Amino acid sequence: MKPAPFAYAKARSLDEAIALMGENDARLLAGGQSLIATLNMRLSAPELLIDINGIGGLDGIALKDGMVEIGALARHAAVERSDTVAKHAPLIARAMPHIAHPAIRNRGTFGGSIAFADPAAELPACLLALGGEIDAIGPKGKRTIEADDFFKGLFETALGPQDVLTAVRVPTATNGMRFGFAELARRHGDYAIVGLAAAAKADGKKLGDVRLAFFGVGETPIRANKAEAALAQGNVDNAVAALDLDPSDDAQATAAVKKHLAGVLLRRVTAQLLGREQ
Amino acid sequence: MSAHVLDIVLSVNGDAVHERVDARKTLVDFLRDDLGLTGSHVGCEHGVCGACTVRVNGEIVRGCLMLAAQCDGAKIETIEGVSDSGAVADLQDAFEKRNALQCGFCTPGMILTAQELLTNGGATDRDTIREHISGNYCRCTGYHAIVDAIEAIAQTRGNK
Repeated sequence: MKPAPFAYAKARSLDEAIALMGENDARLLAGGQSLIATLNMRLSAPELLIDINGIGGLDGIALKDGMVEIGALARHAAVERSDTVAKHAPLIARAMPHIAHPAIRNRGTFGGSIAFADPAAELPACLLALGGEIDAIGPKGKRTIEADDFFKGLFETALGPQDVLTAVRVPTATNGMRFGFAELARRHGDYAIVGLAAAAKADGKKLGDVRLAFFGVGETPIRANKAEAALAQGNVDNAVAALDLDPSDDAQATAAVKKHLAGVLLRRVTAQLLGREQ
Repeated sequence: MSAHVLDIVLSVNGDAVHERVDARKTLVDFLRDDLGLTGSHVGCEHGVCGACTVRVNGEIVRGCLMLAAQCDGAKIETIEGVSDSGAVADLQDAFEKRNALQCGFCTPGMILTAQELLTNGGATDRDTIREHISGNYCRCTGYHAIVDAIEAIAQTRGNK
């Protein structure tokens, strides 16, 4: 199918983008790898697309005050190639190859993935597992939102109608931290049937501060708090039994299959966290 | 300024192009309908099949997930340009020799995707090749012959 008609504007600054959003039924166009697909399928039909790709300074990847900061317009391919990300945000580096396919990673943006908040996407779950934070700017100025407070519902975030996500930050990995990532998809690069991003502190053979963020099993990426507590007690069987996810059936799998696969992934990721990956 | 119709200036296969386009026109529709470059194919139109793969500023992208309006000032290369330059002649020969195509609908996208991997020196093993072409559907071959062809060219180019 072809998109319904819309107008196109190339914003030269954040102020211009924010002003345009206030006057129109508008959507921001960053990488467009989800947005243009929804336009082509006529799942959305905004009056105006505001192209923010020409706004400078939003695509950096850098260390800042003990955090790794990734600009909203950093392409997935740039994040995937980044030495800074590989060294200081290894969970994100591990997730990148699972995001779609090379041609899409060349174009899709880190910020776009977070702002779109697809519940089956990798990066929102990584951000949640890492306890990251999101910078946004709107008509009232700048603010920072914790990842735990950001994902509100299905494709719904804490961003307001005139907010622009500008950067994402995650804490720099330290020696004592362990990370795990696994997902199951019918084809490499497709959205996950179920996925899991995890972070924990390794304390000898035990794990502490466990953060498990599942994706593909609800309306948002979901922390599995009871399983986190059980895993910190050191028992993976109890952790699997404590999984209280409530997925819905979808085109890929039934709820029962998803729940089973979530347990499978929890065992695999726990092995990664404990350094016993097969 | 926002507009439903935009004038764009870009380079397509080395030629300067000036055209007026609808804001809603995708890059692949622009290439096919306005410029007559029908080597890039339109399959799923939502980024899944890879038949519309083209290069923008040297990198492969989905032609159905970019707007022509976004390509103002860009350098576009399609299968026609890459084929005419001879840059993929060995790869095309290998596809033909190994029956790595049947209907040929996916082949332009497959060639451009494989060429990116080969150029970056990433075609180190069959798993990597499979992963790299995972975004390009072929409904005829079952992929084995395609992987064979790409692997063969990785070896012959590596030996030169």
